[in-house]
Amino acid sequence: MPAVVANNIVKKYGKKKDVVEALHGISFEAEQGELFGIIGPDGAGKTSLFRILTTLLLPDGGSATVDGLDIVKDFKEIRNRVGYMPGRFSLYQDLTVAENMEFFATIFNTTIEENYDLVKDIYSQIEPFKDRRAGKLSGGMKQKLALSCALIHRPSVLFLDEPTTGVDSVSRKEFWEMLRNLKKQGITILVSTPYMDEASLCDRVALVQNGKLLSVNTPAGVRTAFGKPLLAVRATNMLALLNHLKQSGAIADAYPFGEYHHAVMRGSYDVEQLRHYLLQLGHEHVDIQAIEPDIEDCFMDLMKN
Amino acid sequence: MKQFLSFVKKEFYHIGRDRRTLFILLGMPIMQIIIFGFALTNEVKNSKIAILDNAQDVASAAISSELEASRYFDIVSELHSYKDIEAAFRKGTIKLAVVFPQQFNNDLQHFNTAQIQLVADASDPNVATTLTNYATAVIMDYQDRVTNGRKLPYTIKTEMRMLYNPQLKGAYSFVPGVMAMVLMLVCTMMTAITVVREKETGTMEIMLVSPVRPMKIVMAKAVPYLLLSMINIASILLLSVFVLDVPINGSLLLLIAESVLFILTSLALGLLISSSTDSQQTAMFISLTGLFLPTVMLSGFMFPIENMPLPLRIISNVVPSKWYYDIVKSVMIKGLGITAIWKETLILAGMTLFFLTLAIKKFKIRLA
Repeated sequence: MPAVVANNIVKKYGKKKDVVEALHGISFEAEQGELFGIIGPDGAGKTSLFRILTTLLLPDGGSATVDGLDIVKDFKEIRNRVGYMPGRFSLYQDLTVAENMEFFATIFNTTIEENYDLVKDIYSQIEPFKDRRAGKLSGGMKQKLALSCALIHRPSVLFLDEPTTGVDSVSRKEFWEMLRNLKKQGITILVSTPYMDEASLCDRVALVQNGKLLSVNTPAGVRTAFGKPLLAVRATNMLALLNHLKQSGAIADAYPFGEYHHAVMRGSYDVEQLRHYLLQLGHEHVDIQAIEPDIEDCFMDLMKN
Repeated sequence: MKQFLSFVKKEFYHIGRDRRTLFILLGMPIMQIIIFGFALTNEVKNSKIAILDNAQDVASAAISSELEASRYFDIVSELHSYKDIEAAFRKGTIKLAVVFPQQFNNDLQHFNTAQIQLVADASDPNVATTLTNYATAVIMDYQDRVTNGRKLPYTIKTEMRMLYNPQLKGAYSFVPGVMAMVLMLVCTMMTAITVVREKETGTMEIMLVSPVRPMKIVMAKAVPYLLLSMINIASILLLSVFVLDVPINGSLLLLIAESVLFILTSLALGLLISSSTDSQQTAMFISLTGLFLPTVMLSGFMFPIENMPLPLRIISNVVPSKWYYDIVKSVMIKGLGITAIWKETLILAGMTLFFLTLAIKKFKIRLA
């Protein structure tokens, strides 16, 4: 039995006249013990989806189950079982680290000691500051505390809504490390993120854009599905380069990507021919490399189709 | 139960760590009692008056000195003509002028009737009425003494007794008023705000995705404010007994029990407001305009309800503080027992139950 099943979920906001459809029929399944990523830019509908799955919102269409329980009918039972960490830091800022932990343990009818082994790795990092008020913690420590609180009752499914947004890159890396360890404990984890580079850290990802699911696949599968040759191109005048790449008949799509421009080629191509074309247009220091697409390339590609 | 206690503990942390708010909550009743007791008083003491004595005889002198002797009046000037009266009022130096006609004593002795004119500054009608009443009383006293032993044909004497508050002290009416006001403010507004704050900070979101029953969340919010209000009642009662000399004529236990009932009503109202709003600002606005103002205006504490037009009199019945105000006045000032106030008590209890059921029913188990 899959841990989470979403079946054609629709969510609309607003009244009659200006209705915004946030989710247009999202369907996917996350297996037990899977680290499942929902990847998409801001406004894609990630938070709406998470709120529906955690029984905080009612869908306007479709159905879903978490742990085999219906999100509408069995919402009380689901609330006993899942762990939820909202995108915004939502613990009591005027309570200390230890007080927050104790409070959340108690409301889930458990104690810190009972499940200490589960949160030990994470909580031990902030335990030295346990008498500090939660509001005075750094961003990374707040995330660790929030995760500890969401885990304290040993949930069967853990929902993490953009846990790494606004966290520095070192803390982000640590955070994913922690998620990997939790996965080993058999907890199903659904995590949403706007950062494409985090997709490769998931077992499977769902790419979401404007409330629509673009693809559900393993990170490797998403990349394989790209199926077109990709080049990274660099020259002195990057702005002119982008325009010239877009005008070339051999290139299906070109877009800026860090220090390079990425160029998606049409079928067969010839690097030397492209280099010649660019040099002719007066570009200097032309550097062309064939590369493997990463998730962001795939996302751009899927978005255009 | 353990869940509930841990919730209550958490609420105490919130209140205890917000020192400034706590200070206001505990200091407010004390401030209000002191302000109402010493600054905002509508009692008449040492009012400045002037005498225009055209008679200059034994009787007028006697009455003047009696007026002077009373603690209500200070004679600040002797006037010499009618024009002076107008001038003195214009300058604002006097509130009342007493005019004796010529031949005052003569008329009194020979015709058995004499007139005194009282001219009052009625720009403040209440003060004017009070002053003329006091002056009339002093004059009547004098008349009694003059006619003592003599038989007057046909006289009706009115004898007044001010029951429960013989000295007509303002404190007797505002202490119950302040109690109603403070409890309403602390319980209703603060509970409404704390529940809504959880919605604003997002903690409600986590709380909803937990096994806790909404009932527990809501009830736990009320407990600390119940305690805080008890402290407030204690400080108000202590101040009124020892500083303002307002006695507790009835049973203290009954008074406290009724206050607890009213606290529960206010808490239930606060919870109801919080269940229906999403921002602290709205919660505060509703509490202030929807509850605090009616408490001041329609409970009978500032303005007598009997004098209001019918629609307002009807509306005043749904204001919980009106009933509480009546109860406190009956128990504290009149010294009555439960038999006299069972109806009001029942109404308050009914309101509490109604608000609480509605609050729990309206509590959103989801975000939208």
